[in-house]
Amino acid sequence: MMAGPAGFLRTAWTVLREVSGDSAYETYLARHAVTHPEEPPLDREAFYLSELDRRWSGVNRCC
Amino acid sequence: MQTLMKNLVWVVVGIFGAACLGGIALNRGETINAFWFIAAAAGIYAVAYRLYAGWIVATVLSADPTRATPALRLNDGRDYVPTHRWITFGHHFAAIAGAGPLVGPVLAAQFGYLPGTLWLLVGSVLGGCVQDMVILWGSTRRDGRTLGQMARDELGPVAGAAALVGTLLIMVLIVAVLGLVVVNAMKHSPWGTFTVAMTIPIAILVGIYMRVLRPGRVLEGSLIGLVLLLAATVGGGWVAESPTLAPLFDYDGPALALAVIGYGFVAAILPVWLLLAPRDYISTFIKLGAILLLAFAVIILRPDMHMPAVTRFVDGTGPVVAGHIYPFLFITIACGAVSGFHALISSGTTPKLIASEADLRLVGYGSMVMESFVGIMALIAACVLDPGVYFAINSAPGVVGATPEQAVATISSWGFPVTVETMTALAKEMGETTLMHRTGGAPSLAVGMAHIFAGAFGQGLIALWYHFAIMFEALFILTAVDAGTRVGRFMLQDLLGNIYRPLGNTGSYVSTVICSALFVGAWGYFLYVGVIDPNGGINILWPLFGISNQMLAAIALAIATTILVKQGKLRFAWVTGLPMAFLAVTTTVAAWQKLFSADPRVGFIAGADTMAAKLEAGTLSAAQAAAAPQLIFNQRLDAGLTVFFILVLWVTIIEMVRISLRHTQGKSVPPLSEAPYVAMDQLTPRMAGED
Repeated sequence: MMAGPAGFLRTAWTVLREVSGDSAYETYLARHAVTHPEEPPLDREAFYLSELDRRWSGVNRCC
Repeated sequence: MQTLMKNLVWVVVGIFGAACLGGIALNRGETINAFWFIAAAAGIYAVAYRLYAGWIVATVLSADPTRATPALRLNDGRDYVPTHRWITFGHHFAAIAGAGPLVGPVLAAQFGYLPGTLWLLVGSVLGGCVQDMVILWGSTRRDGRTLGQMARDELGPVAGAAALVGTLLIMVLIVAVLGLVVVNAMKHSPWGTFTVAMTIPIAILVGIYMRVLRPGRVLEGSLIGLVLLLAATVGGGWVAESPTLAPLFDYDGPALALAVIGYGFVAAILPVWLLLAPRDYISTFIKLGAILLLAFAVIILRPDMHMPAVTRFVDGTGPVVAGHIYPFLFITIACGAVSGFHALISSGTTPKLIASEADLRLVGYGSMVMESFVGIMALIAACVLDPGVYFAINSAPGVVGATPEQAVATISSWGFPVTVETMTALAKEMGETTLMHRTGGAPSLAVGMAHIFAGAFGQGLIALWYHFAIMFEALFILTAVDAGTRVGRFMLQDLLGNIYRPLGNTGSYVSTVICSALFVGAWGYFLYVGVIDPNGGINILWPLFGISNQMLAAIALAIATTILVKQGKLRFAWVTGLPMAFLAVTTTVAAWQKLFSADPRVGFIAGADTMAAKLEAGTLSAAQAAAAPQLIFNQRLDAGLTVFFILVLWVTIIEMVRISLRHTQGKSVPPLSEAPYVAMDQLTPRMAGED
């Protein structure tokens, strides 16, 4: 996976996208296609809003 | 042979860390290099992580990599998602790292560099990291249940209610004290105020970008936000120099406090996507970036520390936070060593992401090690300042004298020479009108960071570095104000819903507005009184916050200890039981002194009585007399709160002891609420998700 500097950068980019939630929609689509192929998936905006709603309904930031 | 070599390496690392720490402790020269602090910390963290945390995970918690975690068993692709351990670590660290470990160690620098360093290291590896990891383990074994639910399940309804109400009050104090820190940083600083004010329209712009223009592209949005924020930091310098614009951003404390309170209310009722979420994205990036930058700068610059190892203020007369080194060092440092609040995160979203129990050590213990390291760096940044300058920035007018001449004379008489000229020149260098009496820690931390950044990356831009540091602190403090108010509002709705059902409806606009107003009113009250207090407010509010935070830590450790005892691990119960006992005793001693000390700067009751006597004798100025009734009432209220915290703490500990004794005697106790074992390889591929 980590072959040379290019491989390292690619891994870092993947991690950054995943940690920040930038790739969350793609992950969701891939999963949705496996688990609920019969239902149409949420669009990007609806998914983003539902993610925010989930994340900000509990304690997720500290002093 | 290989194991022997490996162990030998760890022994060497441990000896090196201990030697650095010994060097720090025994150094009695004029200065000491910051490098030794970094080296001592790294050595001690590495050994503690490898040996102590490793032993706890394997022997005390019996973490089992074959056991399916809730993320795997309940994988729904939303709340429960098995996640790579480094990504979970990133989420968890971003959630626990706040302003606390930056402010506490800076305030505790008044005792000298040594006490703070020792407690940041010892307290974290034996207390804070253990707490975070054991609670994370407990919650992971219970399908990600919250601390309050675990308290109720394992200890019964009394302890459950105590944990819940205690948490709500801590939220009030956290938001109030952080608000006070940011108000003191913006006071009469057009540059700082402009930059902080600009974060609001920038966040809204980014919010619209992330929802409407390019939905969900959070990296693009954050990058735009970062660029705009840096531009606003530079632009603040022009505003401060402009005779027409500067007065528009020049406010005193009470005006800024009202602005922060108004902002907090509006932010709490606006939709999350518009302000809170984009602000949080930008602030998380700036926070991590600034911390990495500081670590990098400290390592390449290796500045000398000018604060003495131990100052005279261990005797309790400290101008920054009054009170004897025991217990107030521990109460002041709080989050950087042990933070009860982390137990809420460790039993929140994180346990639902843990993919294997083998990840508990990295995520639970490792994140807190990083947090403690942030605390060490904040301490370094405060101690590279000349001590006279440090005290001139951090001492309130009520303690050292209201005019610059009086203040420098008082501070110099303590043996920390400083002059008005030095302070004026420093303020000018930083692009400020004054840096005297800027309590709360943020300005002194920013001056220290500016020195370190400028020393490492070039002297030219020191004023810009200062305001970058102020902006960085203010940004995530305001995120904490938003997020704290939102969570507080949910808790209040939950609580009040038991009394009057419609108030419990989180979807109702009326209930949202009422509960937000109640919660903002509560922290806004403490913030406002803190701002008008001539002793700086921080002197009252920070210890109160510290007591509440350490109380919550003791409660979390009590829950953890009960779980260990009920699991038949009585002989290992000291792992959480000893830190719990230390925190419980320290918090109680601190509370006792805050209540009954005869020193009016330490004791709430003595403080209220002294002021009442002065008011009656007519020795106060007109302005002081006007604020006095509010300050007197406030100190009595603080005394009441302190009593309440201690009651909550001891109710939980008594329940813990009672349940543990009943268990060891074979009597009935609430059953362990641990989810039954399911082997990893029993899961169907679909349940395990695609990770």
